[in-house]
Amino acid sequence: MNTRRSGLAPRTFMLLLMVYLLLPLLATGLYAFAENWQNTLLPEAWTFGWFGEMFKDIRFLEALWTSLYLCLITVLLSLAVMLPAVFVITVYFPCWESFMKGIVVLPYAVPGVVAAVGLIRAYSSGPLNISGTAYLLVGAYFVVILPYMYQGIRNSLLSVSAVELLNAAELLGARRRSAFVNVILPNIWPGVIVSALLSFSVLFGEFVLTNMLVGGHIQTIQVYLYRRVGESGHLASAIAISYFVFILLLSALLMRLGTLGKR
Amino acid sequence: MKQRQRGVILALLPFVLMVLAFQVVPLLSMLTGSFRREDGTGFTLGNYLHAVQSAYYMQAIKNSLLISVASSVIGIAAGLLCAYCITRFTPAVRDRLLMLSNMTSNFAGVPLAFAYIILLGNNGVFTLLFKQWGWSVFSDFNLYSWSGLILVYVYFQIPLALLLLYPAFYGIREQWKEAAALLGAGSWQFWRTVGLPVLSPAIFGTLGILFANAMGAYATAYALVGGNYNLLAVRIGSLVAGDVVTQPQMGSTLAVLLALSTLLAVYLNQRMVRLTEGFTSKPPRKRAWRREASAGIRAAALEEAGQ
Repeated sequence: MNTRRSGLAPRTFMLLLMVYLLLPLLATGLYAFAENWQNTLLPEAWTFGWFGEMFKDIRFLEALWTSLYLCLITVLLSLAVMLPAVFVITVYFPCWESFMKGIVVLPYAVPGVVAAVGLIRAYSSGPLNISGTAYLLVGAYFVVILPYMYQGIRNSLLSVSAVELLNAAELLGARRRSAFVNVILPNIWPGVIVSALLSFSVLFGEFVLTNMLVGGHIQTIQVYLYRRVGESGHLASAIAISYFVFILLLSALLMRLGTLGKR
Repeated sequence: MKQRQRGVILALLPFVLMVLAFQVVPLLSMLTGSFRREDGTGFTLGNYLHAVQSAYYMQAIKNSLLISVASSVIGIAAGLLCAYCITRFTPAVRDRLLMLSNMTSNFAGVPLAFAYIILLGNNGVFTLLFKQWGWSVFSDFNLYSWSGLILVYVYFQIPLALLLLYPAFYGIREQWKEAAALLGAGSWQFWRTVGLPVLSPAIFGTLGILFANAMGAYATAYALVGGNYNLLAVRIGSLVAGDVVTQPQMGSTLAVLLALSTLLAVYLNQRMVRLTEGFTSKPPRKRAWRREASAGIRAAALEEAGQ
């Protein structure tokens, strides 16, 4: 089958890389199932107990729920705001696109810690005192996923040739709004879902902003995990592994949708 | 016509408001904050002066720069090697390898620091094992120090470097190698005189991203060493939402310095990307969708590792 020969050296290096990358994951996985693991290469006894304990812990379930609904609200809000905005920019004001790109790249260049400093300063006093509330966090999350949402929506619009579609719809007598809702939206939906899922998984793993902005008041799954690390290693491993599996399933879904959308 | 314009403005208004409120205003507030006196009034350059004169803050900046440079350089060297190796495999194997390394980029921040604590921490599995086996080589390794941080930083730098670099290898055409071979150049000579110069914009651009990534990394360091290791990002965090005394003005100043360094690095990357685009051909067409997906995941990796 191998049309191109892969020599010994590439194989060795890739094997080393995979060991390096997968070892921490594997260890966490083993630790989550280990009853007792000291002084031996592999654990002495196995158990599902840590997972059981995890689901019995009411604080874990609360944190999970908090994470889920905060991420969901942010993604929905972002969809509601970004869909019309990106549509208008792409279709009517292509000249503004480079400006938009500048805004959208900014969250990459500004690390979470820096963004948190600004947010805390801007909103901990004055007329809009929303520090420590979910509103501030949702706003901060909105900025975090800005690049993914913008790119995703824009790419979908371009790949279905939104401008031509719109012109055709209007030629046939559709009003602009109904053309957008009935023609454009259904066509870009698969791409938009992919970027929404990606944004969701990014937010699910977000720690810095959450911990700095609302860490004392609202516990998401990441903040909870951080708090538990010091208490029980096994339990924290179980949580970390469940979190990882969840994200993995989400990205598998994403990949599938990606293939379907391109067909 | 009037109505059309009103519709357009209505569609853009929420976006403009959100960006203003949660991106522009906070950044401006941070910038003005860095020029305020400690009581929050007036205009002063004192904070910057203080940051430069304070041995403590300078050490944080130095540590951050050192760890970022070191982890980026190691990351790019390993990334280059692996990116080259990955082009030697068949597309199916290559995609699987890329997927695996992508997958690990979800494993960042708190869970990653935690995994390393299990492996190599004070009571880590390997730590205890090595002690039992009497391997003294590892006895002076300390996860909660410089070498431990480097190890963990490199972990999230390599997949990112790999992902950003491997498309650039497709810019190097087989014909060039053949031409070079016909003219009598060996493999090493080809890479030194043709291959690496062609790759260099991509390498420097990627270096910028890796550097920014490491400078901004907070969650991993915070979860691993808490406030015990003097890093710029960790210092900023404790100054603003501090456990001891909060000094928001000083925090803003350091944050501006950090932001300047990452902005510069990302700017470098953008310039280099434009340079690369000039003469890089695209990876095989068949996998086009995967390239797009990986661009998204690349961004995700960037984001997550930067936490």
